[in-house]
Amino acid sequence: MVERISREEVAHVARLAQLSLSEEELDSFTLQLSAVLDHAADLEALNVDDVEPSSHPIPLKNVLRPDEPTENFDIEEVFQMAPEIEENQFRVPPILGESQ
Amino acid sequence: MRAVEIAKQVSSGEISARSVLEQHFETINNLETQVNAFNIVTIEEALKEADEIDSKIASGEKLGPLAGVPIAVKDNICTRGLETTCSSKILEGWKPPYNATVIDKLKQADAILIGKTNCDEFAMGSSTENSAFGPTRNPHNLELVPGGSSGGSAAAVAAGFSPLALGSDTGGSIRQPAALCGVVGVKPTYGRVSRYGLVAFASSLDQIGPFANTVSDAALSLEIISGYDPRDSTSISEDSPDILGVLNEGIEGMRIGVIEELSGKGLDGISTDVLSRVEEATKVFSKAGAIVESASVPASTYGLSAYYVIAPAEASSNLARYDGIRFGPRTEAATTAETMTATRTKGFGDEVKRRIMLGTYALSAGYYDAYYGKSQKVRTLIMNDFAEAYEKFDILISPTAPTTAFPLGEKTTDPMQMYLQDVCTIPSNLAGHPAMSVPFGLGSDGMPIGVQILAPAMAEQNMFRAARVLELESGE
Repeated sequence: MVERISREEVAHVARLAQLSLSEEELDSFTLQLSAVLDHAADLEALNVDDVEPSSHPIPLKNVLRPDEPTENFDIEEVFQMAPEIEENQFRVPPILGESQ
Repeated sequence: MRAVEIAKQVSSGEISARSVLEQHFETINNLETQVNAFNIVTIEEALKEADEIDSKIASGEKLGPLAGVPIAVKDNICTRGLETTCSSKILEGWKPPYNATVIDKLKQADAILIGKTNCDEFAMGSSTENSAFGPTRNPHNLELVPGGSSGGSAAAVAAGFSPLALGSDTGGSIRQPAALCGVVGVKPTYGRVSRYGLVAFASSLDQIGPFANTVSDAALSLEIISGYDPRDSTSISEDSPDILGVLNEGIEGMRIGVIEELSGKGLDGISTDVLSRVEEATKVFSKAGAIVESASVPASTYGLSAYYVIAPAEASSNLARYDGIRFGPRTEAATTAETMTATRTKGFGDEVKRRIMLGTYALSAGYYDAYYGKSQKVRTLIMNDFAEAYEKFDILISPTAPTTAFPLGEKTTDPMQMYLQDVCTIPSNLAGHPAMSVPFGLGSDGMPIGVQILAPAMAEQNMFRAARVLELESGE
């Protein structure tokens, strides 16, 4: 089987997707993703130069609603599900001085 | 008992909603430890609702069309105050602050939610083995998978836990488990049913639909959950279709095409058992007065490849929101960025990680045109080929799944083999068309086989009429 994606590329996309992979996972994901991309290579044989792309099955249009106040989520209920809050705000660990 | 019958008898006071529930909970008690169809069963809440329905009946109130009918709902559909996990650790314990529109519609129809069903994590899979809460098993043979990703919903109906269930279908996740469990499963036209409150996997493909034991139960539940929703900008501004009203009109003169590319020719891996049931279905349709011919949808075989680029691409974007900041469990680390990575690494299972990475890769600089751009064009080709086929035919048929149910563990280490389960169901998602699986006999292994009926957008009525003809032949 052709290697469609390298181990380095898998490590790169994992970083982009904010996932941390072990060495073994890097090995197995490289093989598995290669197999899927290898299957997708059957598309290479298709000539679609003159075909318009479809991002969606139905024509999308902008949908607007009247700008009227409606009932919203209960703020207590929302914050109950948050990992950490402070004064009705989501609290996060430090965002500065990050080491990569 | 069928949903239609339950609603009728509960409404007329012949039976109580409580007794219906107790009967189903007894079946659940007996078999659920083996099947594992549910992530959570809501006994107390359901009994309370049943008692309310019974007292309304006693005081002469008129009830909705699903009065007292138990329904199980896939665990990726939001239920206010009730855990909605998508069978993922990353949403463990999460209670949505709102109901999906379909849940509100079911409640208005006086259906009773009895629990949330197991599924592949974030609906990614074809066997319900990718669940953080353990696999669901096929009620017909516990060594085999129920299909997926809505395997819990299919198994719940097949095992008699619930006469109705809801699932979601992005590439076949309602139809394939319906086929493997021997029940009816429907993916409606894209936009027919509101996606508000359905946890997003691939937004241009996802659609909610029903599971039932009979075609008429599926029709009834689809009528109830359909309809325009201002909270879903892709929802179609049309009323629910009257399906029950046309169900028994027959198919005299209907033009039915058998998709040759998905029925043996040009496609490996479809079992002879499955092909012979599709062949048998064509005979039933001919006997019922339909004109049955071979149909060609040449690009349909490329659907699988296009899908496994498009769906992961959309998923990689949709699943970026799970970062441990606003909801769900957090894995604490020194910084916010490290917290996000730690949370996602611990919270997502392998299949979800694979798809996120595949999608991230397909959308990344240098590969976008080769993968995502090309797949979107293939999507157009498939839509064009369907449009051409539907100039000659009213509906199309094919197998639902290439095989009957397979053993647990058989395909878990080879994702590509698992993906091939969806080869016949994916084209309808890419085109946004309705399609359903109808149980039609058994394979030589004694396991159920489903025939897939496909229709153009909005043509659910014809699709159901044909499904009813097949069902009558099976003796329902």
